[in-house]
Amino acid sequence: MAAAARFFIRGANSKLSVSGIGPGAHSSLGAALLKLSPNCSSRLKAQRRHAAHFTFHPDPVPTQYGPTQKMNLFQSITNALDNTLASDPTAVIFGEDVAFGGVFRCTVGLRDKYGKDRVFNTPLCEQGIVGFGIGAAAAGATAIAEIQFADYIYPAFDQIVNEAAKYRYRSGNLYDCGNLTIRSPWGCVGHGSLYHSQSPEAFFAHCPGIKIVIPRGPVQAKGLLLACIADRNPCIFFEPKILYRAAVEQVPVESYTIPLSQAEILKEGSDVTLVAWGTQVHVLREVASMAQEKLGVSCEVIDLKTILPWDNETVCKSVVKTGRLLISHEAPVTGGFAAEISSTVQEECFLNLEAPISRVCGYDTPFPHIFEPFYIPDKWKCFDAIKRMINY
Amino acid sequence: MKWRRRHHHPSLFLSTLNRILKTTTEPPDAAAVISVRSYADFTTQATFEIKKCDVHKLDEAPATEVVMTRDEGLQYYRIMQTMRRMELKADQLYKQKIIRGFCHLYDGQEACAVGIEASINLTDHLITAYRAHGYTYTRGGTVKEIMAELTGRRGGIAKGKGGSMHMYCKHFYGGNGIVGAQVPLGAGVALACKYHGKNELCVCLYGDGAANQGQIFETYNMAALWKLPVIFICENNRYGMGTSVERAAASTDYFKRGEFIPGLRVDGMDVLCVREATRFAADHCRSGKGPILMELQTYRYHGHSMSDPGVSYRTREEIQEVRSKSDPISLLKDRLLSNNMASVEELKEIDVEVRKEIEDAAQFATTDPEPPLEDLCNHLYHNDSPVEVRGTNPWAKLKSVS
Repeated sequence: MAAAARFFIRGANSKLSVSGIGPGAHSSLGAALLKLSPNCSSRLKAQRRHAAHFTFHPDPVPTQYGPTQKMNLFQSITNALDNTLASDPTAVIFGEDVAFGGVFRCTVGLRDKYGKDRVFNTPLCEQGIVGFGIGAAAAGATAIAEIQFADYIYPAFDQIVNEAAKYRYRSGNLYDCGNLTIRSPWGCVGHGSLYHSQSPEAFFAHCPGIKIVIPRGPVQAKGLLLACIADRNPCIFFEPKILYRAAVEQVPVESYTIPLSQAEILKEGSDVTLVAWGTQVHVLREVASMAQEKLGVSCEVIDLKTILPWDNETVCKSVVKTGRLLISHEAPVTGGFAAEISSTVQEECFLNLEAPISRVCGYDTPFPHIFEPFYIPDKWKCFDAIKRMINY
Repeated sequence: MKWRRRHHHPSLFLSTLNRILKTTTEPPDAAAVISVRSYADFTTQATFEIKKCDVHKLDEAPATEVVMTRDEGLQYYRIMQTMRRMELKADQLYKQKIIRGFCHLYDGQEACAVGIEASINLTDHLITAYRAHGYTYTRGGTVKEIMAELTGRRGGIAKGKGGSMHMYCKHFYGGNGIVGAQVPLGAGVALACKYHGKNELCVCLYGDGAANQGQIFETYNMAALWKLPVIFICENNRYGMGTSVERAAASTDYFKRGEFIPGLRVDGMDVLCVREATRFAADHCRSGKGPILMELQTYRYHGHSMSDPGVSYRTREEIQEVRSKSDPISLLKDRLLSNNMASVEELKEIDVEVRKEIEDAAQFATTDPEPPLEDLCNHLYHNDSPVEVRGTNPWAKLKSVS
C-alpha cells in the first residue's frame, strides 16, 4: 500500500518537475517522501532503532599479501600502526588518550610494546596537536596524530590548511611535512548527534596540498593507512567509526599498501554508476542488489577511497559506459564532495549522460540528534533516485 | 520572638523561599507542612567555619566564617538532592536505552552549581560545557523539561533537538559540546553586560581538560585587557575524561593559569565555600575590577559519560573515599542536623518529595511524543517566510521555518 502510494506520487511528480511548479509542491513532496520511506512513520509513538542503516559487505580474502587473520576495523588499524612502529624507528603516535589504547581501541598495546616516548598522550588541544605534528614531521619524524573525533578537527583547521598543506609550496620544496598523517574517527554512528557524527571531508577537499583518504573496511583501512604513512605528503585518514566493530574481515598480518588516488570498481554494471566512500559504500552495494532484483537494473559500484586527489578517470570511464551517475554521502548536500564529482563528470561526459547526475546526501542541516534515521541517505532514498534516473 | 513567628507566616516564608527558588516545582503545601510541623526549637541560623581559599594576585580572600540560615540550608539541600536524584534517574533511563546518545552526569559536583547560583542573580548570565544538567536546573529549567530533552521529546527544554549537551534557558547559554569553545563566548556575553551597564556579570565555566585549550588563554587576555565582568570558573574534578590532571597539565594550579587575572582555589564539595567565594568574585567583578578566576576542586562519581565506567583510570576506593568523606549533600546534612537546624524527618520528607518529582518527570519524559518530522529543518536561519532546504534528493525540498 505504501509502495503503491509512493509510485503514484512519484509518477505525479515527474510531471510536476517538468512544468516547474513552485516550492509548495516540492516541500510537501519532500515531506511526503519522508513519511513514506519505511524507516519513518507518522506514528507519534517513539520508535526504538533495532538495526544499522547498512549491512557490511566484507571483502574477499586477499591472497597476495601473505597469511591473514580475522580482524575488525580498529584491530586492523592497530595492526597497521604496529607494523609502522616496528619498521620505522622515527614513527611516533600521539593524540588524546592514545596511550591506554584510545577511545576506539585503535592503539591498544602499542605503548607497552614500543615505549612511552613513541606512543604518548597530548593534552586537550587539537590546534596544538596538529601544529606539533607538523613540526615533528618537518624535522624528520613520522608523525601520526590522532584527532579524537572528526568533529573536533576544526580548531586544527588553520594548521592543516594554512601550514601543513602549504609548507612544501611556500618553501620552494626546501621543507615539507610529508611525514604527517592525521587519523580521525568519522561519520554517523547511530547516536552521535551534532558533534560525534560529522563528515568534514568536503572542507578539506577545497585545499590543495593535502590528501584525504577514507576506507570502507579493515583490509582497505590497513593498506590505505600504510600508504598514507608512506606517502610523502600530509594525509588525513578518516575512519568510519560505525565500522570499528561491525566490519570484520580477514586481514593480512604483514605490511602492504593499497595505492592512493585509485578508485575501485567493486561491482561491474551497465546501467547506473554508483559512487560513495566509507560506510556509504555498503549501503550502495545493497542498493545495487535491490536494483537488480526489483528493477532489473545493473549497477556499477565504485568506492572512491581517496577524496583528494580523486580518481576522476575511473569515474568518468564508468559514466561513459553507463550514462547515469549517483553519488551518495552523509555530509550535507550543498557543497558536499558529490558536488565536485558531479561538476567534473558533467564537464567530461556531458554527451554521455542519459539523466541528470543524482546526489543522495544528508540534508542541509546540522547532523540531528533525534532525527538521525531520517537524515541519513539510506538505501531507500538511493533506490528511489535510481528509479528516477532510469525513468528519466 | 520575631524568629519564632516567622515560621507561622506561610506567605513570608514562601516569598523568601521563592525569591531564591526559581522553579515552581515545589508545591505550596510542602512549605506549609514544614512550617506547621516545626518542632519549634530549630536554630534559624548558625555560623560555620569554612576552608580558607588559596589566592593568586589578591590581597584579600573570601571570608572563612559564614552564616547560613535554616531556610537557606533546606533550600540548598532540596536543590542538591533534586539534582542528585535527577542524574541518577538519567543513569537508569540511559541503561534502559530510553535516553540515547551522550549523557554526562553531574552527581558529586552539586555544591558547585548550587553555591554559584546562591551568590548571583537570575539576571546574571552563565555558560558552561557539556556537563550541564545541574546548571540547567539551577538556572531555571524544570526537571521535566530537562529529562524530556534527554529523551529527545518535544517537551524538552530545547524542543528535543539538542539533547544532553545542549540545554538552554533564560540567561543560560548552555550546554556546549565542543570543549573550550564556550569560554570566548562567555567573555563576549560579559562584554555585552558591561556595554548595557545593568551591573550584570557572566559566569563562564570549563573543566580541567579544557583548561589546556588555546582559546582559554586568548579569552583571559581579552577579558583582562578590557576589564570584562566575567568570573572564569574551572571545575577541576581531577580527570579530563580518563586523563588525570597530573598527566595533562604542566601546572595543576588552575587558579593561577590566568597569570595576570586574580585567582581563587575553592573547596568545591562544600556549598558554603563555593557560595562565599562566588560572592567575593561577584563583588570583584561588579566593582569594575575586571575578570577573576576561580578553581573549584570537586569530584564526579560517574565516569566521563555513560559509556565510561569510570574505574579504569581511578580506583573504586578513591570514589568511595570521596563519597564517604566529602559528599556535598552529606556535608550539608551533617551541618543542618548537628546545629539543630533541621530534623531527620524533615529532610526525609524532602527526599520523598524530590523522589516523586523525579518519578513524574521521568514518566513525562518517557511518554511525551518526539518532535514532529517537520522540525528537522526548522530554526536553521532567521527567516520571516519559510525557506527551502535541500534534502537527500535535489527534488525533495523541505521547509525551514524560524
